[in-house]
Amino acid sequence: MPAVTETREQVEKLGQSSYKWGFETDIEMDFAPKGLNEDTIRLISSRKEEPQWLLDWRLAAFAAWQTMEEPTWAKVSHPPIDYQDAYYYAAPKKKAGPKSLEEVDPELLRTYEKLGIPLHEQAMLAGVEVPEGEEARMPIAVDAVFDSVSVATTFRKTLAEAGVIFCPISEAVRDYPDLVRQYLGSVVPVGDNFFAALNSAVFTDGSFVYVPKGVRCPMELSTYFRINARNTGQFERTLIIVEDKASVSYLEGCTAPMRDENQLHAAVVELVAMEDASIKYSTVQNWYPGDENGLGGIYNFVTKRGACRGARSKISWTQVETGSAITWKYPSCILQGEGSVGEFYSVAVTNNRQQADTGTKMIHIGRNTRSTIIAKTISAGHSDSTYRGLVRILPKASGARNFTQCDSLLIGDQCGAHTVPYIENRNMAARVEHEATTSKISEDQMFYCRQRGLSEEDAVGLIVNGFCKDVLKELPMEFAVEAQKLLQISLEGSVG
Amino acid sequence: MNAIAPVGRSLAPFEARLDGIADPVRHAAVGELRRVGLPGPRVEAWRYTHLRPLAGHEFREAAASFDADVVGCALDEVLPRDGLLASTPRLVLVNGRFAPELSSPANGVALPEGVMFERFLASPEFDALATPEREPLVALNTALATDGVRLSVAEGAAVGRIVLVSVAFAGEETVSFHPRHSVSLGTGASLELIEVAVSSGNNASAVTYFHNPVLTCSVGEGAKLTHVKVQKEAAGATHLATVYANIATRGAYDSFTLGLGADLARHEVHARLSGAKAAVHVNGAQLLGEKQVGDITSVITHAAPDCISRQTIRNVLTDHARGVFQGKVHVHQIAQKTDGYQMNQALLLSPHAEIDAKPELEIYADDVKCSHGATVGALDDEQLFYLRSRGVPEAQARRILVEAFLLEVLDLHEDEAGRALLDTALGAALSLRIGREQILEQTAGEASE
Repeated sequence: MPAVTETREQVEKLGQSSYKWGFETDIEMDFAPKGLNEDTIRLISSRKEEPQWLLDWRLAAFAAWQTMEEPTWAKVSHPPIDYQDAYYYAAPKKKAGPKSLEEVDPELLRTYEKLGIPLHEQAMLAGVEVPEGEEARMPIAVDAVFDSVSVATTFRKTLAEAGVIFCPISEAVRDYPDLVRQYLGSVVPVGDNFFAALNSAVFTDGSFVYVPKGVRCPMELSTYFRINARNTGQFERTLIIVEDKASVSYLEGCTAPMRDENQLHAAVVELVAMEDASIKYSTVQNWYPGDENGLGGIYNFVTKRGACRGARSKISWTQVETGSAITWKYPSCILQGEGSVGEFYSVAVTNNRQQADTGTKMIHIGRNTRSTIIAKTISAGHSDSTYRGLVRILPKASGARNFTQCDSLLIGDQCGAHTVPYIENRNMAARVEHEATTSKISEDQMFYCRQRGLSEEDAVGLIVNGFCKDVLKELPMEFAVEAQKLLQISLEGSVG
Repeated sequence: MNAIAPVGRSLAPFEARLDGIADPVRHAAVGELRRVGLPGPRVEAWRYTHLRPLAGHEFREAAASFDADVVGCALDEVLPRDGLLASTPRLVLVNGRFAPELSSPANGVALPEGVMFERFLASPEFDALATPEREPLVALNTALATDGVRLSVAEGAAVGRIVLVSVAFAGEETVSFHPRHSVSLGTGASLELIEVAVSSGNNASAVTYFHNPVLTCSVGEGAKLTHVKVQKEAAGATHLATVYANIATRGAYDSFTLGLGADLARHEVHARLSGAKAAVHVNGAQLLGEKQVGDITSVITHAAPDCISRQTIRNVLTDHARGVFQGKVHVHQIAQKTDGYQMNQALLLSPHAEIDAKPELEIYADDVKCSHGATVGALDDEQLFYLRSRGVPEAQARRILVEAFLLEVLDLHEDEAGRALLDTALGAALSLRIGREQILEQTAGEASE
């Protein structure tokens, strides 16, 4: 959610601990029949006018999925999910397909306006008058995904001039089939895990980014995900390829209406970085977390993985996880290229009955690969939050280096915070360091803030922001401000 | 949707002995074992330590007879007649069976006053602290335990040291033994238990046997149990030990384990702090070479407020050795003001050595101070350079650094006699492993040049 000011205003207007993105848009939708079988997959594929190879790929994924068991190792509990009781395809009904923003359903545009997502390029361009009190900001290209379908992508022309491809993945399948075919599933294979296989079988849209050799992407790219329809799962697929000496910064935001049912979100994100390439992937995950009694909310089962294929390539994941009833998410880096770098910066906040099991995997394959993991976990209310991470150094990764720091903060005595790191080192010339702490906000810190006249809630906000500073400073500016506010909202009602 | 592969490993190595067990407790243990099997790699607690070496053998019950001279030699070696522990009361087991003729009363040393000693054999009752459903290896022990020692220390008695020695006397047959020990300390009592596991007869060829002891420790209010263990079983042996400790208010269980022997070894400690202001230390070191696998696993449960837990583990791995550390600190909601610390460090001295670590925190109380750390690396080149610039030859410099790394954790153990035992065992292992490792590496280096 890069639109800072609108969102901030909305945040300020916000009353006591409520979810402001909880509205529902009434829009005509095109659904596939409920349930999941080969016919559903064929239907999705034909709706998207996909080539045969992609349909075969989906069916292979579906076949793999049917032989798999839902993973149970994460520290989360939920009633069994009935995969047949959901719609796997829901798209806003459209006529011929919009050529420009004017043709997009105005109801949709209003939704994004409400969410604070700028789809109107002109309003964002430099030189346009900035209303008083609003700060001027850098243009950001946005791909908006509504339920299963990408509805608009902005700034495509500017990007095309630089040679950057930024479009919905369904369009990429049509326009750049060779690229998609070469890279799709090359980082997260179809049978990688239960939810990735499910996604591969039924994914409907997502973003595709290709940055050619030597190009620094001229602006931040951003995808905004919105689940709107009832009983739908959202399965988006993102593929980002960055060629030699190129770089990109990518932001991702997500929200959903407030419902007392649970909705499934199973996304797959694949990143490929070639020689000297760099990818920065930032997420502010703010799916509807359910109410204070744990009713409703999104089940967020996401597979995110980046491959540093080229020498000296770099992939950096930054995430702020405040939403979802359940989060199951481990953005990972496969460090193949010599001297490649993986980073993971995470803040996970859980409140009420939320459960989060999140962390990362750093697989060191190449020589002199380096990784840094900074994970901050905050639990409040009756929530449970787990950091689960793996650092694996393979025999060829001489000179590899890892530093991991996991800190947990407990607010209230009914919540849990857990740390489960796995360290596997098979190279004597590698160094791995791990440290973790768990504590609460100290009385001294509180007392200090209170005696300066801060309210208890503000003091907690201040201290929590300080606790997360190492991660928040990695976020692009627009996101950082947003994230700080989000943290405060997420923890509302957790003290006193 | 699809068939799930059986999680457990086959019980075939023990099958012949599991049939026809009538005793209800043991029978239930067999049932439990049949249900889950021996743990396989898909069991989370066993993901790094595989019981494959057990497969393909048939482990028979060890014979009661043994060569007293050979065993006597082994005993003299671990407890030299002029050593600090020479006149310490000792309880000796050979192949898991208590050997009265080698134990204290027979040596003219009586057990100290305030200690009640009994053989498990005399009244085979199982302590509720270690129950079969908690751990398959406890189930296996419960099913097959024949003997062991039971020590109870009376209220307020400070009884000093007792040595518990297990000697494996392996003949031609592949045997397994499953001793069941228990120690209980009354209010305010104290005991230093020194445990040694060795094998007799230094056969050059590896002998295959399986030692599966279970020890339960019940530490009463304000009591203190110090427990040192030196494990130097023969090559070819498998040593899988489980300790369950329950510590009452203000009690302390201070343990140290030194793992040097066996092809496959695991020392698993479950310590439960069940009374306020109790403390537990689970410290240890491993020095492994060749294809040894050594595992230190701990589960520390803070079930009462104001308790302290400390763990410092150091591993040195050469050749193709693999070290495993799994440490879980579980803090219940009631356990406010918990102070937990855990540190696991490893030195890898060979390109083929491996360390797998999983330090874990599971915390449900907010007013706690818990931390853990882990580091893995090779010897520091700068430290080596420093020593060499002072004229110390490389092999010696390496030994100095490795020794210093391990002594730092040995220093945590305060008892003089226990420390002497640790030092002797470690010194021998250092001479065996570190010199060797150096030569191996040199030849490997020459070959690659």
